[in-house]
Amino acid sequence: MPQSTIRILLRFLGSMNLAITLLVAIAIAAVIGTVVQQNQPYPDYVLKFGPFWFEVFKKLELFNVYSSAWFLTILGFLVLSTSVCVYRNLPGMLRDVADYREHAQRAALQKLEHRFELTNINNAEQNRVLIAALLVRHRYSFRQQGEHNATLFAGKKGSGGRLGYIFSHVAIVVICIGGLLDGNLPLKIAEWRGEIAVETRRITAGEIPAISTLPADNASFRANVDIAEGGQADLAFVDYKDGYLLQKLPFTIRVEDFRIEHYPSGQPKSFESDLEIVDADLPQPLKQTISVNHPLSYKGYSVYQNSFGDGGSKLNLKAWPLLARQAPTLLQATVKQHAEIAGQTLEISDFRPFNVNPDPSGEKKFVNLGPSFQYKLRNATGTANEYITYMQPVRQDGRLFYLSGMRAKPSEPFNYWFIPADKENWLTRFMAFYQALRNSEKLQAVAAKIANSSEQGKQSASKDRQAVEQFMLALAEQFVDGGYEKISTGIEQAVEEPRRQAVSEMYAAALRQLLKNVYLDVLREEGVEIGETLSDFDSSFFSDAVEAVNLAHHYAAPVFLELESFKHIEATGLQITRSPGKWLVFPGCLLLVLGVFCMFYLPQRRLWVLVEPRGNGSAILLAGSALRNRYDFDKEFELIKQQLTQIPAFAQ
Amino acid sequence: MENTLQQQYRQPSYFQLRTAFDWLWAALAAAGAAYIYAQYQALMDGYEIAILLVTTPLLIWLGWSWPALKKFSLTVAVFSLLAISGYGNDLSAGETAFLLKYLLASQSAIMWMSALYVMATIAYVGLLLSGREFIGKVASALTWSATAMGMTGLMVRWRESYLMGADVGHIPVSNLYEVFILFAIMTALLYLHYEQHYKTRSLGAFVLLVISAAVGFLLWYTFDRHADGIQPLVPALNSYWMKIHVPANFVGYGAFSLAAMIGVAFVLKNRAETVNPQGFIHTRLPELALLDDLMYKAIALGFAFFTLATILGALWAAEAWGGYWSWDPKETWALIVWLNYAAWLHMRLTKGWNGKPMAWWAIIGFFVTLFAFLGVNMFLSGLHSYGEL
Repeated sequence: MPQSTIRILLRFLGSMNLAITLLVAIAIAAVIGTVVQQNQPYPDYVLKFGPFWFEVFKKLELFNVYSSAWFLTILGFLVLSTSVCVYRNLPGMLRDVADYREHAQRAALQKLEHRFELTNINNAEQNRVLIAALLVRHRYSFRQQGEHNATLFAGKKGSGGRLGYIFSHVAIVVICIGGLLDGNLPLKIAEWRGEIAVETRRITAGEIPAISTLPADNASFRANVDIAEGGQADLAFVDYKDGYLLQKLPFTIRVEDFRIEHYPSGQPKSFESDLEIVDADLPQPLKQTISVNHPLSYKGYSVYQNSFGDGGSKLNLKAWPLLARQAPTLLQATVKQHAEIAGQTLEISDFRPFNVNPDPSGEKKFVNLGPSFQYKLRNATGTANEYITYMQPVRQDGRLFYLSGMRAKPSEPFNYWFIPADKENWLTRFMAFYQALRNSEKLQAVAAKIANSSEQGKQSASKDRQAVEQFMLALAEQFVDGGYEKISTGIEQAVEEPRRQAVSEMYAAALRQLLKNVYLDVLREEGVEIGETLSDFDSSFFSDAVEAVNLAHHYAAPVFLELESFKHIEATGLQITRSPGKWLVFPGCLLLVLGVFCMFYLPQRRLWVLVEPRGNGSAILLAGSALRNRYDFDKEFELIKQQLTQIPAFAQ
Repeated sequence: MENTLQQQYRQPSYFQLRTAFDWLWAALAAAGAAYIYAQYQALMDGYEIAILLVTTPLLIWLGWSWPALKKFSLTVAVFSLLAISGYGNDLSAGETAFLLKYLLASQSAIMWMSALYVMATIAYVGLLLSGREFIGKVASALTWSATAMGMTGLMVRWRESYLMGADVGHIPVSNLYEVFILFAIMTALLYLHYEQHYKTRSLGAFVLLVISAAVGFLLWYTFDRHADGIQPLVPALNSYWMKIHVPANFVGYGAFSLAAMIGVAFVLKNRAETVNPQGFIHTRLPELALLDDLMYKAIALGFAFFTLATILGALWAAEAWGGYWSWDPKETWALIVWLNYAAWLHMRLTKGWNGKPMAWWAIIGFFVTLFAFLGVNMFLSGLHSYGEL
């Protein structure tokens, strides 16, 4: 390239217009990045913007603006532009800092905006002493030039302002380079060269291919890993584009324990993990407790407390069959693992040891609903309902109920099924009642007893009694299968409008009689003494139980899973980072702060005082210049002017 | 003879220039810091002790450089100590003791602050309209009083949080309610400094308008949202960094708001120059050159502190979130604010722009700052998710 081309290029790169354009361009790009939420799963974007705009935005890399090629290019240009600016200005500025301008000519000084001329009757020597004292008083350092005819004092102060410029601009370059090192530019280059490929499948760490694996000596990364209490890991995952990369670690992290501490009000106070770093270089494992704001540092790697979750809690469940006539079975299940139950797949997604919810009755009060677990039951065709079940019965209108929510879609809220708890606060009585209603022999016996006991029944033929029995059995079956809803649909189909009301009432009475007798049987089996009337508890239990049976079909599960006991195992979410760039960024930041404060608060000021003999006395020319803060310099100049005028006359 | 003459201009050293009050001030500040260290040493980590060690000489220096600050700080100290002794170890005293209930309990003090700022605004407008010096003095006094009450409110709130529980206690800069008070105080103090230094009382009507707006928000936040209660810290905020990051940020926010209001004054005066040269805007507001210079000073100060605050934030993020920069919306908007004022300063210092366009730019800059301060919390989600509306 010819010399002049380089010069033109440098002038363009170092120009203020380019610098300001770049500053504004980065600001605009940054705004875009906050308006479009960054690094979300791609399907979310398709839903939000539609397939067409999704493709356009994806091409423009708007889903990860800050690591996009165009954004990094602008940033690169800023670094280049600032570097060229420093390169071009540095020599001049250093010279300016060292230079007192003691060779300034009278004519040049007289052109300055701040100037003042006076004469006094002191001789030059006397004035020199005074002027030197005056300059010192105003904290100017100065050089003196010339002796006999004319003496020029050339003073300056605030040279830090110039250094401030150099510091702050060098700092920007240093910070950007450090930041680029720690950003994902190296990953992008490796991907572009075909050395790595992003993994998007949900597979176990062992199955991840080598091309999606980053080596343990990777210089810079930010990776996440969840480790269960008592577990360990020597790898972590780097989020990249719409997938992830596996990052191997040069050491193993063991998690002894994870704790959440709470304030008395129930809000979380701290998240802590007891960690052990196991490394061949260490004679014994490095033990340290980390918490939010208190990471662990080891060999240039940092381990942060990032999140938490369930680490595979062990749940002991009692499965009460709801569709079949069977005794309850026991099973042990693990959170985040699958199990088989009643021909369906049980997928437990989460377990919570407590649920602190706002008290619906009062203001600013919280109630703990106790442990709960959330799961899906997936049938052979692959469709699933989701459930949340609480371990302990919850008080509602003064009575205790077991609570379980069901929803068919994740977007819906849970619909809760309330099962009354019996005297011992167990599910036993309700389940016995529900099972009895599915037991056709028992129902038949009860129905027969009802048919025989009534006055009308005793007199009617056995054929009619059988018909009544059959009717009652059918009614019970419909009720268990579909609640009152199913019975009334049946009536609407079979009975004409004028008689519907009467038929409904008759059906309801018959059903109630049957249910009541089944319930009394359950009570007898339980060993409850039954007198003339039921106790308050037993009778309200009956109406709650009937209501629960009425709604049971909405629950749509083959089993009710009761949580009998659990072993809570938590997982801690760790972030492991290695950012060598910080050794540029942090000193760069210090330099930037230093530079900015110097630039604004140590502005350069110059003062010249030229003393010449004039007749018996002297002529004095005062001149000054200031780079910025003109207003303050005006004041200072005015003061110096006054003090110079008031120089006492020496007795001759 | 030469020696005696030289002595006339000999500069007395910085320390020789200190008055007796200056030394008393320094002694009191040092004694206060020593007492804090002796009393609370066990609760402070190394960084907090370092913050105390740096803050004390800084406070002494500030008081020496700006005499009015000494009286202000001492008033706040006396009020705060009165309140603290009034409380003893019993938080409920705030509802029974007369002095606390009606004056010094944090929420009462903050109500007084709000009322006084509104009164000060009215007085400053009165000054601008009437030009009577006495009204100006009243306005300044009201602003000083409001600021003292606000500062007392924050100090007492700090103590109250510890009375709620040793682990609940924290510096009151942790949510939107608390930082709005900080914003009002910072803006007022910066303004009062310029007012004293450059004799610019007629600007008060403009600056106090922003503060009154902040007070309006604070009152709405208190009465409509009941956001004035002390809440324990979320784990992410529980760090010594909060003690320096947040106040540094609010020096920045305060200075940028101040610059924007000076910008408004500039634009109005500039217009009045041709439209209505005899009107009160033109005759009472400071000359344009001074307004221009003040605008630059405020932005330079704001920029310096905003740089510092953003860097402190980055250092904190490196410790809490695992990276010094995560492109979190709040971080990104801080960068946007920073870039905006960096461009402003470049235009002014190297291209020599000044006057009307720079005044307009300062006003626009205020809205960018406002979005970074409030808009991000309202419209964008991210890691800075405390202080939601």
